[in-house]
Parts: sequence; structure tokens; C-alpha cells
Amino acid sequence: MKAETRNACAAAAVLLALCAVPFLVGKFTIYLAIRIMLLGIFAVGYNLLLGQTGLLSFGHGAFYAAGAYGLGFFGLHVSGNPLLGVAAGVAVAVLLAVLVGYLCVRHTEIYFAMLTLAFGMMVFSLIWNAREITGGDDGLIGIMRSPVSFFGLFQIPIGTDRQFYYLVLAFFALSVWAAHRIRQSPFGLALAGIRENARRSEFAGVPVRRYRLAVFALSGAFAGLAGSLETLLESNARPFMAHWTHSAEPVLVSLLGGLSSLAGPLVGSAIFVAMREIIQRFTENWMLGFGIVLLVIIMGFRGGVMGTLSGLFRKPSAREEG
Amino acid sequence: MQSYVHVILAGLSGGMFIWLVASGLTLIFGVLGVLNFAHGSFYMLGAYCSFTVLRHLGAGFWTGLLLGPLAVCAAGFVVERFFLRHVYRIALPYQLLLTFAFVLIFDNLVKIVWGGGALSPPSLSFLGGSVPILGRNFPVYNLFIIAVGPAVALLLWVLLEKTWYGRIVRASSSDREMAASLGVRVPALFTGVFVFGTWLGALGGGLAVPYVGLLTPGMGETIIIEAFIVAVIGGLGSLKGAFVGALVIGVISAFGTRFFPAFDMFLTFILMGGVLLWRPQGLFGATR
Repeated sequence: MKAETRNACAAAAVLLALCAVPFLVGKFTIYLAIRIMLLGIFAVGYNLLLGQTGLLSFGHGAFYAAGAYGLGFFGLHVSGNPLLGVAAGVAVAVLLAVLVGYLCVRHTEIYFAMLTLAFGMMVFSLIWNAREITGGDDGLIGIMRSPVSFFGLFQIPIGTDRQFYYLVLAFFALSVWAAHRIRQSPFGLALAGIRENARRSEFAGVPVRRYRLAVFALSGAFAGLAGSLETLLESNARPFMAHWTHSAEPVLVSLLGGLSSLAGPLVGSAIFVAMREIIQRFTENWMLGFGIVLLVIIMGFRGGVMGTLSGLFRKPSAREEG
Repeated sequence: MQSYVHVILAGLSGGMFIWLVASGLTLIFGVLGVLNFAHGSFYMLGAYCSFTVLRHLGAGFWTGLLLGPLAVCAAGFVVERFFLRHVYRIALPYQLLLTFAFVLIFDNLVKIVWGGGALSPPSLSFLGGSVPILGRNFPVYNLFIIAVGPAVALLLWVLLEKTWYGRIVRASSSDREMAASLGVRVPALFTGVFVFGTWLGALGGGLAVPYVGLLTPGMGETIIIEAFIVAVIGGLGSLKGAFVGALVIGVISAFGTRFFPAFDMFLTFILMGGVLLWRPQGLFGATR
């Protein structure tokens, strides 16, 4: 278990470093770090579906938006408690994911991708059109960041970005740990089996469709968590969270970092946010720049950053292929 | 009664654009096995290129319709020959993402070349105006579109079923290796099919110039989603399904726009969900 200990040490070191970040850097970098962690939560959950189970969804923006609007409505109409709001957001996202997943998991490959895309856009058009309820293209605005309290036992303010950073960090650490545990669990290994050969898994007694639905709902929960936290960060929920270009983000990030490891989507998130920031600073045409980077990755570096790095240290034959 | 007829006519003409995009998408999927996200971008590029020929070269409508889509075919050629060709054998997510990268690139290029704002095309001199149908005026151009759609369908049918090339295309789509060993130059054939599919999408865009009223850089994204829904409803890879599906979607969304304006898209999705529950492989899809 040498590698296990080494990974645990690395994770602890990264966590410590992340705890120290708000003392070392300025306001804007803290904001960027929060964005990276939000995208990281989104992507690490998403990669349970894509990397672990081999299902390509183009509709996870819908669950992100479900989390965002779930927290928004809860915050505006029921209670401002952020923890309860996040729980409400995640619950809405999971409900939606079960509903959409039920219709989608009977298909795989291209059909699955197209169906999730279509249902994601359905959620987008619903949010966009139901102006009276969702605010339409203005989004849901005026959501406050009230202090975190637990049944009135204690109160922790999260009003400033620096304070809010630690709440996000806590959820981020929890998400990464949960994703790690899921990947290592018998359930996670069965998912990898489904990815490699669904029919053989079926014969081995794995209820393939139910497992696919379960992991779909799980990844929806991660998406909802990220979405509800973003709503707290920006104090609004926007319809474009459900748009398919946003659904493509976790896909890009997972590929950028590498599909086959837990760290891949996290590294990918950091690179994605940083790269967008840098490209946007020089030109407003960041979509063009990103498209070209994506082309280069697909044509040349399909293992992503993590795959390419580990390929450098291992024998060439160890490099994974699509 | 007359209002129903008009809604149906409007739906048919809207459906024909979806058909033009969905036909190229279906053809490419059926033969190459690649689902092309960038197909909506070809539609958009077709519209912008035709617009430019119309506006800046001062040419007529037909010249624009001829030259614009041809220019887009060059883009289609580059995409297939230099990129897509190298990823046929790798996993599906990479293929989809490759075409998605081209969506980003083309959308952004359109913004750079034509600007991010909406462009309004010049109005037509001929085919303009309207004719009375059941006591209400209906635009002549929309009738023209309703005629073009079936004409393209007929053209495709003749090409695929009645010509020697069509037979080769069908042979390669059902068994690549066998066709190759019989002497078919499959890579060149694939390039040809992709460029032809590109032309179909771009033709839809060129025809849409006088119809949509405004050209925006996002116009390709809306129609590609509709084309995907059509492909799901009709059965992926089936041209007949794409034609029927496009008309059904066109008419349903026309009714939606007329009677439930807030939820026009939603009706389409309900239809899709219903078809999926009832016939998961689509109306004309082969049972898998």
C-alpha cells in the first residue's frame, strides 16, 4: 500500500496548501480559486459517469442549474440558511437526474449523448421561458449569503469571499473524498466493469441499467452541489447554467486533465479556469483559443495532462488510448 | 379552420430547414458513423456566406445560394480530410468533442468576420410578396421552401438508390472493410459524403437567409438541437425518419408558438420523451 500512503500524503499537502491560499493571495485570486473548486466539484462527479462508467452526457448543466435554482428558490422563499439551501439544491438536482436518467440510461454511446443534450436543453428552455417563476434571461437575483448555522448552535459568517472560500473548500474536500471512495468501492469497480464490457457485467449479475442510473444520479448530485455553491458565490442563478455549452465544460475539463484518474478533472479545472482567464485578458475570442487547444488535445494528447505526465515517467506502452 | 391551415403551412416551411440540416447530419452519421455537432455551424456558415455574396458582391439570390454553400463545402473538406479522418477508430467522446471544438471555432470565426451583432438580409424582389390562401396571405417564399424540401429528399433518394455512386455509398456504409477490399476508395468516399452532407446543411442556411430575417452567430446552435431531436424521433441514420421527424417537429413547434408561446420548445421535448418511451429506437430506426 505504498502508493496509497503516498497519495494520502499528497492529498493532505494539497489540502493544507489550499487552506493557506486566502492568506497569501489577493481578492481576485481567491475568487478564481473558488471558481476552480466549483468546477472541480462539478467535474470530479461528472467523471464518475464519463471516466468510470464510460457514459458521455452532454446535459449535466441541467443538474447544475437545478442545484442553483433549487438553492435560489429555497433561499428566497423558505430559509436563508446556506447549508439547508445547498441540501435543497442537491435534492432538486438528484430528483431531476433520476427523472432524466430513467429515460436516458436505456441507451448508450451516441444515443445517450444526444438524449442528455436534448433533455438538458429542455431544462434550459423551461427556465428561459417561464419568466414569471424563474426570471427568464435575467435569472434569479438577490440571493443572500447568510451566516452558516447549525440548528442555532453556532454562526459562521460567509459574507466575504475569503470567508466563503472555506465553506467551498470544505465541500470541495468532501466531494473529492466521496468521489475517491466511490471509485474504490465495489460499486465503483462494477461501474468500471460496465465501461469495459456491459454485456459481460450483465452476465456476471450486475444490474447494469440500475447501476448506470445510480451513477447518473450521483453525478447529478455533484453538479447540483457545484451549482448551488455558485449561486451563493454570484448571488444569482442564470439560465445559461443549463445551456449545452456549459454542459460541455466538465467534459472538456475531464479530457484536459485525463479521464482515468481522480486528479485528472481537478487538474483540468485549474488549467481551464486559468487558461480562460489568460486568454480573455488578451483577446475576447477565447472560444477560438479554446477550440484550438481542444483540437490539439484530441489530435495529439488523448490521455490529457495527467495521462501525458504519467506516460513520461512510465514505459510508452503504458499510455492509455481513448 | 383557416388559421389551422396557416399554422400547418408555417410549420411545414420551418420543418424543411430542420430537414435540410438533419438530412446532412443523418447521411454523415449513416455512412461515417460520426455524429457531427458542427453541422449546425455549417448551416450558420451557409447563411453568412450566402448573405455576403448577396450583399457585397451584389449578386442575385440564386448566385448567393450557389456560391455560399460551395464556400462552406471547403470548410467541410478541411474538417474531414485533416481532422475527422484521423479519429474514426478512437473512442466516441473524442469524436464528439472534436466536432464540438469546431463549433467553438466556427462560432467565434463568424463573430470575428461578421461581428457579433445580428445582420438583417436584404429583402427579395422576386419570390417576395404573398399569395392569398383561404382568405389570408401567405408568403410566396415559404411555399417555395415547402417545395424545396421534398425536392432535396427526392434528389437524395435518386442519388442513393438509383445511381452507381449511391450503391457504393450504401455498400461502404454497411461494410467498410468489404467495400475497401473490393476496390472502393473508402477514405475518398467518406470525404465526398462528408462534403455533400456539409453542402446540404449549408444549403439550408443559404435558403434561410431571406426567411429568418436576422442572422446571428448562435443560429446554428438552435437548429442543431432540433436536428438532434429529429434524429432521435425518426431513428438515427434513417433519412426517411429524418424527413418525417422534421415535418412533425416543424408543425408541432408552429402550433406551440401559436397557442402556447411560453412553452413552444417544451412541446417538442414532450414529443421526444413520448417517442422514447414508446419506441426507443425511433419511428423508423432499426431494432437493435
